[in-house]
Amino acid sequence: MDFQVVVLAGGFSKTLVPLVSKDVPKALLPVANRPVLSYVLEHFEENNIKDFIVVVEGESAALLVGGWISNAYVDRLHVEVAAVPEDVGTAGALRAIDHHLTAKDILVVSGDLISDIPPGAVAAAHRRLDAAVTAMLCSTPISGPSESGSSGGKDKAKKPARHNIIGLDPNKQFLLHVAAGAEVEKDIRVQKSILRAVGQMEIRADLMDAHVYAFKRTVLQEVLNKKETFLSLRRDVLPYLVRSQLRSELSQNGMLAEENGNSKDVSDSKVMLSQLLTNASTQSFHELHALGPDGSARSPRKTHKCCVYIASKSNYCVRLNSIQAFSDINRDVIGDASHLSGYSFSPQNNIIHPTAELGSKTTVGPHCMLGEGSQMGDKCSVKKSVIGRHCRIGSNVKVVNSVIMDHVTIGDGCSIQGSIICSNVQLQERVVLRDCQVGAGYVVSAGSEYKGESLAKKEKQ
Amino acid sequence: MGAKKGGSKGGGGGAEVAEEELARTPLQAIILADSFTTKFRPITLERPKVLLPLVNAPMIDYTLAWLESAGVEEVFVFCCAHSKQVIDYLDKSNWFDQPNFSVTTIESHNAISAGDALRLIYEQHVIRGDFILVSGDTVSNMSLSQALKEHKERRRKDSNAVMTMVIKQSKPSPITRQSRLGTEELFMVIDPETKQLLYYEDRADNLKGYLSLDKALLTDNTSISFQNDKQDCYIDICSPEVLSLFTDNFDYQHLRRDFVKGLLVDDIMGYKIYTHEIHSSYAARIDNYRSYDTISKDIIQRWTYPLVPDVHFFGNSATKLERQGMYRAPEIKQSHSSKIGPFTVIGTGTSIGNSTEISNSVIGEGCSIGSNVTIEGCYVWNNVTIEDGCKLKHSIVCDGVTMKYGATLEPGVVLSFKVVVGRNFLVPAYSKVSLLQQPLKQDSDEELEYADNSSGIMEVPSFSGTLDQLNEEEKTELPNSQEYEAISEGGQEEEWRHSVAPVPVDKLVEIMQITNEVDIANEDGALLPPSGELGPDSITNDSNEDAEDIRDDSIIFEREVEATFQRAVEEDVTEDHIILEVNSLRLSYNMTSADCAGALFYSVMKLALDAPHDSPNELYKNVVAAVRKWKKLLKYYLSSIDEEIEVILKFEEMCLESTREYSPLFVQILHHLYDQEIIQEEAILDWASEKEGAEESDKVFVKQSEKFIQWLKEASEEEDED
Repeated sequence: MDFQVVVLAGGFSKTLVPLVSKDVPKALLPVANRPVLSYVLEHFEENNIKDFIVVVEGESAALLVGGWISNAYVDRLHVEVAAVPEDVGTAGALRAIDHHLTAKDILVVSGDLISDIPPGAVAAAHRRLDAAVTAMLCSTPISGPSESGSSGGKDKAKKPARHNIIGLDPNKQFLLHVAAGAEVEKDIRVQKSILRAVGQMEIRADLMDAHVYAFKRTVLQEVLNKKETFLSLRRDVLPYLVRSQLRSELSQNGMLAEENGNSKDVSDSKVMLSQLLTNASTQSFHELHALGPDGSARSPRKTHKCCVYIASKSNYCVRLNSIQAFSDINRDVIGDASHLSGYSFSPQNNIIHPTAELGSKTTVGPHCMLGEGSQMGDKCSVKKSVIGRHCRIGSNVKVVNSVIMDHVTIGDGCSIQGSIICSNVQLQERVVLRDCQVGAGYVVSAGSEYKGESLAKKEKQ
Repeated sequence: MGAKKGGSKGGGGGAEVAEEELARTPLQAIILADSFTTKFRPITLERPKVLLPLVNAPMIDYTLAWLESAGVEEVFVFCCAHSKQVIDYLDKSNWFDQPNFSVTTIESHNAISAGDALRLIYEQHVIRGDFILVSGDTVSNMSLSQALKEHKERRRKDSNAVMTMVIKQSKPSPITRQSRLGTEELFMVIDPETKQLLYYEDRADNLKGYLSLDKALLTDNTSISFQNDKQDCYIDICSPEVLSLFTDNFDYQHLRRDFVKGLLVDDIMGYKIYTHEIHSSYAARIDNYRSYDTISKDIIQRWTYPLVPDVHFFGNSATKLERQGMYRAPEIKQSHSSKIGPFTVIGTGTSIGNSTEISNSVIGEGCSIGSNVTIEGCYVWNNVTIEDGCKLKHSIVCDGVTMKYGATLEPGVVLSFKVVVGRNFLVPAYSKVSLLQQPLKQDSDEELEYADNSSGIMEVPSFSGTLDQLNEEEKTELPNSQEYEAISEGGQEEEWRHSVAPVPVDKLVEIMQITNEVDIANEDGALLPPSGELGPDSITNDSNEDAEDIRDDSIIFEREVEATFQRAVEEDVTEDHIILEVNSLRLSYNMTSADCAGALFYSVMKLALDAPHDSPNELYKNVVAAVRKWKKLLKYYLSSIDEEIEVILKFEEMCLESTREYSPLFVQILHHLYDQEIIQEEAILDWASEKEGAEESDKVFVKQSEKFIQWLKEASEEEDED
């Protein structure tokens, strides 16, 4: 396919504290007892893509991620793990691995994406329209996990349902306007030159940039090199490309020259094919604009195309970029979007590992998961929750709508609702937690009650 | 009449449906027989625009014929300029005695705008239900039934849906930014679901490279559609409320600029305007010479069927269609050596001499055209004499004009009634010649001019001497007084925009270069900051006009708050009252409580700064005193971390811009605010982390307060460990 896949796996994201810790970078957060990164990798594997570059922020995180990948996918996938400095942003990360990029097109995927949209569809749209960049859009999730950048949420201000503002042409093929980040909250500003060229533009607020991009490699590298201040793909690079699409600053001639290295007739046939596919009789507004009004191509204006692939509403597509999203995704993957989990569910619509032990009168409801080697005492009840491996849970424990990671010890009579309990946490007897997050290794003393709090050990620097 | 019925299936069917629906109230229409503009001067000084011949039939006949076929039963023709002529014409033309179609004229001499006209009609209480509002220069063959049905359905659900505008696809030229009708490009925003009109801009500011829309539009709709490829047909289906709205808002003059914009901007009344797009039928309005040209050609090419020359609809006489779109009336005397090209109309009783070539033109009745004449793309009205060897290109020649031997008209010329052009005289491009003394330029706006002049004062030809002069001295130049200067608006250079002549190529090239430059400038200005990672409050770019707009508002708001606060300090008003006043300011400027907090903080600090002080130390003391005094007020707006962060950001901005005196004291004061529990530790830490990604120049104060922040961090850790 001549696509290189770059997975941006992030590092120790600040938004996800206390879920992430020194030992668990964001990419390894468990979703239904599997690291979130595995969803991306395996999703691509299903689509027959086996080569990846996984970019991780920070050396220590890279070691952890690399270790896990070589264990899990040793003979299945060919994965290159690259460490980049922290806080360089998504654009910075790509800049740092510039020399690894060799293929004609680059598919950039965020490592925290849980989705069932075939990546081939994005790639196909990209190739078919001969685009400089193609972005995947999905409908804004209803539960609305706050959408902040993978480089860490900077906007602390509460924003009701943050999303992108997207402008599309009438055929919904081209991306004409995009507002991301802080721009979303401002008045809508649409470039007249683009509107003039295309005639009609639909502005949508119900679409979200899923952070899956197909870039022409030369375009990507050129932008990254020219605009050294660009930090984020979503907020800088994509808006820049969209804005300048009718007045391209990209040296396309250079691009062609480079491709001349390959045999020339190959590229010719490619042009033919892409023209055939774009239904050669109807030129896109880019070409019309480039030709000028009377079709006289005296000095053709430079344009490049920004395309979109819009996922259908039935597809699942959420990014794990907030604590809320973490809970939602865990619930969805063992619930509504169970096809993503890769597990086979029991007739009771749940997954209980054969090595797990349940005490008498303990019930595990549908949409639940109980990991390998976990033990539960008597008269417990679990609803819509994920419980990790090797947990020891006492008697009379209630777990509802929660995620419990590995090696957690829970004393008798605890009640856990809407909470996330990280690995190696110890909950002593009769602890009541509601909408809490408990960081790794934390000990909650007997009888304590918490509501809506985030409990974590202070990490000694 | 019979031909019309047979022709328009849609129209006929529409009439039936409309009749059923309107069993109680007949469908009414208002025709404004006055465009309240000066676009057709100098011709309109002598004859009202609606009576000007369009392919040999007066414009108003097209409008009336269409309305009749579309099932309208009562038409009110509002006459203002040259009202006598309009009424006389309607009298003669039998429009007054049609069965099932009553035409009533409403005459006024002092209306100067469409707004005045509608107010006057409102006072007459003749409109009883939904009505069609068109101007008397509309050419259309659309069926109204669908649009009416939609309009009525919407009205049933929502009585605020007062108007439905008819629009049609028409992409403006990317270079001249004009539609093919010579009107300015139009930007509209329409809700794709309901077709509600959300934004309308027909006089776009070309220097601004973007359209700016209120973000609130997207909170109600998840999807809105920007359209630049539509043309406003100026056919409106209105509810009776429209008339009363004009009466209520007595300053509304223009239908689009005042009324439509007024309704869109002012959401207090909640009135809504919807659009109806037509696809296969024709609708256009003759707004200027260019649209006169375009629509004439459309008629000749039969887009307006059944309103075409060979179908006898009303004002036109019988014409026969021959091959290649040639229309010939009977009794034409044509020499065998003359060539008449395609898409040409020749009126009754016209004679054409030897070797004359005519193409793409309309020749009226009773013209005599000599030999070796070339006429290309011209509109020659009735009883025109063109002597041998004349050359005419893309011009309008009115009734009774005489062109002597060898005269030439360059593109874009308009010769008004009875002008005589001397032998071998060359009329330069875009000149407009009239025998009438031109009205002095008035500084009033364009709408007024026409009406003033139209009240009948100017109808006498200025001096017949000119005519004789031209007749006798065959080589005279046209006296200057007759040269019609371009109307105040636009100036001579812009003449080509609305002329009958096609836009010259060199002009196109010129504009193309200009627009390219403008575009580049725009795009540079609209560039975003290198990274959008800064907080939402950071200004995106200084050269960014839009941000400045917002800034302007917030600056005014800030000043108002400051003034309020100072007044309060002087008059010793209680805090509660200040809060009340600030709250009302906040509502009127649509600000957030964070803005209030920032503005109030600014005012307090300003107060401290204005108090006498010699050294930074004393200034600090002033601050402490001021903060102590107004602590409660400050705290009132600091309900959450966000507002506190805003205050810090504000403070930072002050130190950088308006009140640099504070910059050495930044940390000290921040610490004090923390001690006074005005700003919590969390806000400071958030602020610091927010700034982390910022540019170096932005981090001056974070760096300054590094120690303090460090201390805060450690303190909170200790706290946690306890």
